[in-house]
Amino acid sequence: MVPITYYLLLAAALFCMGMFGVLVRRNALVVFMCVELMLNAANLTFLAFARMHGDNTGHVSAFFVIAVAAAEAAIGLAIVIAVFRSRGSVLVEDIRTMKH
Amino acid sequence: MNIELILFGAFALLTLLSAGMVIFARSPINSAMALVSTFFFLAGIYVLLWAHTVAVMQVLVYAGAIMVLFLFVIMLLNLGESPTRGRPTLARLAGGAATVGLLAVLSIAILKLPEGVADLGAGTKEQMAFGTMATMGWEIFTKWLFPFEAVSLLLLVAMVGSVVVAKSRI
Repeated sequence: MVPITYYLLLAAALFCMGMFGVLVRRNALVVFMCVELMLNAANLTFLAFARMHGDNTGHVSAFFVIAVAAAEAAIGLAIVIAVFRSRGSVLVEDIRTMKH
Repeated sequence: MNIELILFGAFALLTLLSAGMVIFARSPINSAMALVSTFFFLAGIYVLLWAHTVAVMQVLVYAGAIMVLFLFVIMLLNLGESPTRGRPTLARLAGGAATVGLLAVLSIAILKLPEGVADLGAGTKEQMAFGTMATMGWEIFTKWLFPFEAVSLLLLVAMVGSVVVAKSRI
């Protein structure tokens, strides 16, 4: 029997790795991938608590998180394509029109 | 040392290794491939938590659909390796420090959980059925019907919106 503490620690580590990638990487696509890592860490926490309580609500929450992540990926990648078409770059440092 | 703990350890280690490769890989293609393997190992951990339906959806939706979208965009934009390895600027050092601080705070909070909360429970026969497709379908289509329909509307809006944003001229 694995204690829930291990699952929560794994989720915390995964979330922090995703956050590190979002803060440090310059490529917008890799930043999106790191956001997916953070969403997966949230899913892992939901499922660990659902297993602890023995009910389905955490599973339904994870299902909705996956659906919203799919929508986020579609919109985000469309924005990346649009920015690449107008600027010719996907590095987040080069996109500073709204940085004021 | 039981088999569940060994499986958890192996999956957790491989998950963290692939997540590290996502962050530190030079080219976005390698990041995407490492992300696919991260999703597979996380699906294994979900099975250990008796979340079979979510594990299947993880492989189908994440490792299948979303990653195909990512790879498609990477190949469409024809991105090579990042030209220079980024120097450690002040903002990056601050980001690393913030990450380490958050991890420390979260770990301390999790390790200080009271005994009753930190227990995962024995897992009775009824509980074993709670992650199956049948019980999840029942739950979604009785209690969560309106959020389910709202999510389908959200996906439709995202689909139309991504076409509008990415198309150069309508």
